Amino acid sequence: MGFKNILILVGLSLLVVVTQQVTQWTDTTFYLTQLTMAAYYSIVIIGLCLVMGYAGQISLGHAGFFGIGGYVSAALTTHNFAQYPDNPVIMSLQKVGLLVAGQDLYGGDLLTFGPWTAFLAAIGLTVLIAFAIGIPVLKLKGHYLAMATLGFGTIIYRIALASAFFGEADGISGVPGFPLFSGLEISGSFSARVANYYIAWGILLIGLILLLNLIRSRVGRALRAIHASEEAAEAMGVNAARYKLYTFVISAVFAAVAGIFLTHYNGGIGPSEAGIMKSVRYVALVAIGGMASVWGTLTLGTLLNFMSLRGMFGSYDDAFFGLILIVIMLFAPNGIFRLHLWQRLRAPFGKSSPGSTEDES
Amino acid sequence: MSLELFTQYLFAGITYGIIYAIVAIGFNIIYNTTGIINFAQGEFVMLGGMLAISLNRVMPMPVAIFFAVLVTMVIGALIEICFIRWLKSPSVLRMIIITIGLSILIREAALHVWGDSVRALPYFIGNEITSVSLFGTKISPQVLWVIGTCSIVVVFLSLFFKFTSLGQEMRACSANRTAATLCGINTKNMVTLSFMLSAGIGALAGCVVSPITYTEYDSGTGLAIKGFTVAIIGGLGNSIGAVAGGLVLGIIEAFSISLVPLAFQDAIAISILLIILFVRPHGLFGSSEAARLKDF
Amino acid sequence: MALLDIQLLSKSFGGLQAVGEVSFSVPQGAIKAVIGPNGAGKTTLFNLITGNLRSDSGKVLFQERPIQNMPSHKIAALGLSRTFQNIKMFHGMTALENVMVGRHTMSRAGFWGGMLNLPWARREEKEIRAKSLELLERLGIEKLADNDAASLAFGQQRAVELARALASEPTVLLLDEPAAGLNIYETAELARLICTIRDMGITIVLVEHDMSLVMDISDDIVVLSFGQKIAEGTPTEIQGNKEVIQVYLGDDSDA
Repeated sequence: MGFKNILILVGLSLLVVVTQQVTQWTDTTFYLTQLTMAAYYSIVIIGLCLVMGYAGQISLGHAGFFGIGGYVSAALTTHNFAQYPDNPVIMSLQKVGLLVAGQDLYGGDLLTFGPWTAFLAAIGLTVLIAFAIGIPVLKLKGHYLAMATLGFGTIIYRIALASAFFGEADGISGVPGFPLFSGLEISGSFSARVANYYIAWGILLIGLILLLNLIRSRVGRALRAIHASEEAAEAMGVNAARYKLYTFVISAVFAAVAGIFLTHYNGGIGPSEAGIMKSVRYVALVAIGGMASVWGTLTLGTLLNFMSLRGMFGSYDDAFFGLILIVIMLFAPNGIFRLHLWQRLRAPFGKSSPGSTEDES
Repeated sequence: MSLELFTQYLFAGITYGIIYAIVAIGFNIIYNTTGIINFAQGEFVMLGGMLAISLNRVMPMPVAIFFAVLVTMVIGALIEICFIRWLKSPSVLRMIIITIGLSILIREAALHVWGDSVRALPYFIGNEITSVSLFGTKISPQVLWVIGTCSIVVVFLSLFFKFTSLGQEMRACSANRTAATLCGINTKNMVTLSFMLSAGIGALAGCVVSPITYTEYDSGTGLAIKGFTVAIIGGLGNSIGAVAGGLVLGIIEAFSISLVPLAFQDAIAISILLIILFVRPHGLFGSSEAARLKDF
Repeated sequence: MALLDIQLLSKSFGGLQAVGEVSFSVPQGAIKAVIGPNGAGKTTLFNLITGNLRSDSGKVLFQERPIQNMPSHKIAALGLSRTFQNIKMFHGMTALENVMVGRHTMSRAGFWGGMLNLPWARREEKEIRAKSLELLERLGIEKLADNDAASLAFGQQRAVELARALASEPTVLLLDEPAAGLNIYETAELARLICTIRDMGITIVLVEHDMSLVMDISDDIVVLSFGQKIAEGTPTEIQGNKEVIQVYLGDDSDA
């Protein structure tokens, strides 16, 4: 894992706990809601950071994967399959226990998928679509790639907006909580606010650990090699196309997981979650943090998302992220932590110890 | 399908198609001179329409349109000068992100200036129920304005690039920038000019099509995607191909109304885009060298 | 048995024939040089062998297996390693990390092993690092291990690239103008190095302009001109070959 990373992870965990305690003392526990949401969005961002910073691909459609995760999970856990009593598939699913019986608000029969089943279905679908899209798309370069991912994201948005199954413009609401283990449940219920805060950050932490491990591993090194010189990497035996594809799929899964859990937390999802503006926002946050810097992306991403969620940018929200995007790309294309003045500050502290493969992670 | 219905769909297809083609040509002009895809291209169309609508309140329509186009051209030039000009060999990724950011800013600015209401320029002749009989069907004269204006623009551009020295200088710039500089051509100004030109034709298209399609602050995005699709179909940089591609897409879209629910309309253009990108990225009329992107 | 067999390999770019029906073979344990004036098609030939370019026709047989038009990462996995004319160093990574990438075909840890930091993957990482460090020591540049590869001096970069190519324990090593930009002393050192590599059992094919190096260490030489093979033989034979001399120095009668 690397000493530096462990240190930062511990520091991050402490920060999470301290923040929660602070909100308790200052009677601002309502901040926890936005902090929880920000954590989930950050899962998307760190996954995208892998694709953009390490595999060097742009994806303007990642909100689409978030949408697939969220919508499929929401639809499966709210749609009443009791409407189709004679359907053999429905009946066999019920027998196997995947479909769960319950009661709706009016005491009528309700037949829906259990949250874990829906979760697996959503992830499975995401993986399939990510592979299906990834294989042709990743052969493209530059503008073509950007447009293809933009197109993909827009199609998902359109499907969400147009299908009755996905609630059209209103989206899906009334999504039940997501039970984890020993009584813990991901839901928006008031009493579970603190627990949910820790759950969200816990999941983010797990994602971080997986990602950091990957970056430091043989695969991570191969990805950086691909980014530096694809031709030379291939000459060393690295199957660039396959690695780029797997990276893309992994980041899609991260986005989908975030989508699923956030939907259960919020109790619903709407088409804007899968829209272009959200995709652009994710790209902006990765760019501002420095595309190959997971920590930079995480801190700034969480901070900015939190501010945005609290409405600090008012009606200029989208404009603000558009502006960030431009400013960063013009003045600090490697993220604000790689600006030259930072280099000069770091210089006196010297390089890391010999023989280590420590790099900006 | 009756002949009348067929002809109506056809005209609808041609109308929208030629607008897409103008947007695509706008993409091509900037791409040819700089290698950049200007994601804010759709916003030029929107700005043209919006500005004309506002100006039309205080001046007669032809004058309003003239100034709308002029102001949009100035905006195009400003964008180039402020954001693009002083970048030294930026990566493709960076350029994409910058123009996306610009498109967002322009859109949000439009939102704050004009609100989110839907507006339209009045019809040039008559109103929305005036019609002219043509080929056995009734169509609005505005359609003829759109087709006519856009065709004139296409012809003007071809003549401009072929016969005027300025046009030839721009072509030199797109073929080989270094060589053009060595010939004494001020390539920096050519880039600015290309932005102005793209902005101008986009704005004009926006004005002329506004009575039919209405204009609102976010009309730009959808147009940009379709314009890009058309540019790709025709082969990036190939403006004749863009016209053909535009007509193809417009007509496919128009006739698909009878098959596909309205809500999925946009998905058609995007699906075509994805298919072309996957199967034949150099488009129907481009060469495979066109698929290798130019450098800035 | 020829380890590497090139048969009637051809490649054209538009109307220009860069490589025209070139054939030659490389026996195991040999040092074979490919020479020719600029534009003769030497690097194109290399790119055809290593899969960086698709050939129009012809065969490349490695251990009697056809490998023409295979993707380059597969060819690398089979045991052919190469260096590049304009050193493609992985910038943003240290010299050691560059060599560790070279070890890619000798290791297995994939996405799951990496993400979950499995014990066997960790062990493999240690081994990769150790072997890579060893290679850097062998080439005398272990002190540069943690330096940013792109900031190294040119000669040092060449050494790192060589280490990187050797990390995959190749059967055949293709060197594309390894002496380019080196002075006399560095070139002599390079010659020693190449012979050491040959003594390790690795067969070597090199493209080179530096005649002293070529004549010094090659067992066999192939001469290309305008994409055609015009001569093949031992250094002495080539030195005496009239056509070769003509191609390099021009024809007196044209003056």
